[in-house]
Amino acid sequence: MNIVAPIVKSPRELGKVCVNSVTLAHGGGGRAMKDLVDDVFVRAFDACSCAPLEDQARLDLAEFAARGDRLAFTTDSFVVDPLFFPGGDIGKLAVCGSVNDLAVGGAVPLYLSCAAIVEEGVAIDVLREVARSMAATAAQAGVKIVTGDTKVVQRGSCDKLFLTTTGVGAIGAGVALGVDKAAPGDAVLVNGVLGDHGAAILCARGDLALDAPIESDCACLHGLIAGLLEAAPLVRFMRDATRGGVATVLNEIAEASRAAIEIDEDSTPIRAEVRAFCEILGLDPLYLANEGKIVVVAPQRQAEAALEAMRRHPLGRDSCRIGSITAGEPGRVTMRTSFGGRRIVDMLVGEQLPRIC
Amino acid sequence: MKYVEEFRDSARARILVTEIERLIGAIAPPEDRPIHIMEVCGGHTHSIFRYGVEGMLPKAIELVHGPGCPVCVLPMGRVDDCVSIAEQEGVVFATFGDAMRVPGSKKSLLQAKADGADVRMVYSPMDALALARKNPEREIVFFGLGFETTMPSTALTILQAEREGIINFSLFCNHITIVPTIKAILDSPDLRLDGFLGPGHVSMVIGAAPYEFIARFYRKPMVIAGFEPQDILQSIWMVLKQIAEGRCEIENQYARVVPEQGNEAALAAVARVYELREFFEWRGLGSIDHSGVRLREAYARFDAERKFALANVRIADPKSCQCGEVLKGVIKPWQCKVFGTACTPETPLGALMVSSEGACAAYYQYGGVKEPQAAA
Repeated sequence: MNIVAPIVKSPRELGKVCVNSVTLAHGGGGRAMKDLVDDVFVRAFDACSCAPLEDQARLDLAEFAARGDRLAFTTDSFVVDPLFFPGGDIGKLAVCGSVNDLAVGGAVPLYLSCAAIVEEGVAIDVLREVARSMAATAAQAGVKIVTGDTKVVQRGSCDKLFLTTTGVGAIGAGVALGVDKAAPGDAVLVNGVLGDHGAAILCARGDLALDAPIESDCACLHGLIAGLLEAAPLVRFMRDATRGGVATVLNEIAEASRAAIEIDEDSTPIRAEVRAFCEILGLDPLYLANEGKIVVVAPQRQAEAALEAMRRHPLGRDSCRIGSITAGEPGRVTMRTSFGGRRIVDMLVGEQLPRIC
Repeated sequence: MKYVEEFRDSARARILVTEIERLIGAIAPPEDRPIHIMEVCGGHTHSIFRYGVEGMLPKAIELVHGPGCPVCVLPMGRVDDCVSIAEQEGVVFATFGDAMRVPGSKKSLLQAKADGADVRMVYSPMDALALARKNPEREIVFFGLGFETTMPSTALTILQAEREGIINFSLFCNHITIVPTIKAILDSPDLRLDGFLGPGHVSMVIGAAPYEFIARFYRKPMVIAGFEPQDILQSIWMVLKQIAEGRCEIENQYARVVPEQGNEAALAAVARVYELREFFEWRGLGSIDHSGVRLREAYARFDAERKFALANVRIADPKSCQCGEVLKGVIKPWQCKVFGTACTPETPLGALMVSSEGACAAYYQYGGVKEPQAAA
C-alpha cells in the first residue's frame, strides 16, 4: 500500500546556509534559522514535495484506519556520544529507535517527527550528514519524517547534537501484545547476538585505549516483526533490548507477568569480540545496549514457527531461544551458567561501572 | 576465548565438585558446623556469584566473603576528603569507575560530579597523568585505590611524572595492604574460619612468602587462587585436601600467573615510592596498624594529602551496619539487620553494598534477597 504524502504540494524556494558552522543566529527564528532548516532538514526529508511549511504535519486519518484500529504513539531522545560510530550515527539511531518502539507493539510505523537541539559551533556538514542518514534510514523503513523543530543552544549547554523523534503508527485489529502476558512454559527468543551496540559505542569513545572490530547493530526491525507476527500470531510480547540490555527487559517481563524466567548461558548468543571486550573491562554483556535486537516471548506451541520466521529475515538469521518462562519465584530472572552453576540476573542499579581489579 | 573457556568448562567442573564431595566425606566437620573458607579477594567473590559456584558446592562448605574489595573497605571520611578535593576550583579528580558510587557522609563522587565537580572516570593512573599533560592549567588528582594489585601501577605513574617534571599531578593515596588485614581477621576473637583462598592478583605482586605466618602461627591452610570458576573449585579442593590431611601450608594454585617470589620490578617501585602508615582506617573493620601506605617524603610534591588541606575526619560507620561482622564471616550478608531493607545497591548504607565485588551487593544482585544462593 502506498503511503499518502501528508502535505499538499506546491512549489517552494529552499533557503541555503552559507557558513560552515552553527551559530546562535541559526536558532533566532529569523532568516538564518529558515535557511538552516531548509538547507539541512527540509532538503533531506522533503526534497521533492517542496510543500509550504506549516506548524504541524497533517495526516490522513483514513490511512491509519485502513491499517488498524488503534494509534501507536511513542517518543525517544538520542544523546549518543560520539555522533558517528561504526555501524551507524545518531540520525540512523533516532529513526530506528522510534520505528522499533512502534513495531514491538505490533504497530505499522508510519510517520516520525524530528526535533534537534544543536550546540553552537557544530559544523553544518555534520548536521547535513545526520539529516541525510535519517532520511535514508526512514526511506528504507518506509516511514516519513513529516514535522520537526530545531533549537540552537550556547556552547556547553548540550553535547553537540541531541535528537528527539516521535513516531506514530497503526496497530492492526486483534494484535494485543503485553508485557504482563508471559506464562510458564513460554519460550524466550532473541533475534541475534547481544551487546554489539553498547560495546561499539564504548569502543568508539576512544577513552578505553581498546580497539575492537565491533559494529553497532542499529537497525529497523519492523520488517522482521511483521513476518514474526504473521507466522506466530500468538506471540505474547516483544521489546527491543536497548539501554540496560537483555537483562533489563527480562526483569521487566518477569516483574509484570509475575513469573520467573530462566535463561541458559550456553544458548545466549554473544559475539566473541564482545565477550572478550566485556571480559577485559569487567562488564556483563547481558546489560549492554542493543539497537537492533528484540526479546520475544512466544507460547511453546508457536516457538518454532516464531523462530523460523525470525531466521528468514536478514536481521534475524542468528535468532535463537535463550530460555523459558517458568513457574519459579515471580519476578526472578536466573541464568544457568555455562560452568554449571545458577545465578540471578538482576536489574542494574545505575550505570555499569568497570571494576578496578 | 582461548585461555578463558578452558577454565569455565562444565564437564571439568563436575569432576571437581565430585572430588570435593568425596573429600568432604573424609573430613570430620568442626563443631557440627560447615567448613568455613574465606575468599579474601573481592575478585573471587565476584566470580563465585557470577558463575554460580556457591550453589554447586556441598552444604558442608560455606564460603565467607572477605575484606578484599578495596572500594568496600574505604571509610566514609576518606570519601568526604575525595569530594572536598574534587570540589576545589581548578581540580580534575580522576578515579576508577566503581569508586564513584561509594557514599560519603554527605555525597558520593557521582553526586559531586552532578553538582559541578570535574570528576573523570579513568581506567589507569597513566590516563590521569595524560590528563595532567593535556591540561597544564589544572591540578589533576588521581584517586589511588586498591591493594598491592594496583599499587605498582600508581607508583610507576608517580615515577613517570617525576621523570617528565609534571607539576600539576598528585595522588590521593588510599592504597592498602592485605597482610595486616588478614592478621587482624585471624586475631578476631569471634573467628570461625578453617581456611583461606589467597588473593591471586595481590600475590602476583607480593608472592607467596608474606602469607607464611598464616600457616605457621595460626595453623590455617591457604591456597592462592586464580579467578576463573575452575580455579576457585580447584583451590577449594586444595584447601579441603590440606584439612583432610591435617596440613597447614601456603599453596599456589594460580602458578600460571603468581611467581613464588612475586614481581621484583613492581615491588621495587612500591618500595621506592611508598612508606607504611602507622595505621589506616577500614570501613567495617576499624583502624588496622600498618595496613595502608602513603607517599614518601621524597615524593611529597605529588601527595594530594599535603597539597590540599583535608578535614581528615573519622566518621563512624552507621550503627545499624554490620559490615564488620560480615567481613569477618561472623554473619552472612542476609543476616544483617539492614540487608535489602535500609541498605540496597541503590542506597547503600554499608560499603559492602556498593561495589559488585562487595559481599552484600553480590548476594543482593546474584544471590537474591530472600533466598541466598547457597540454599537454592
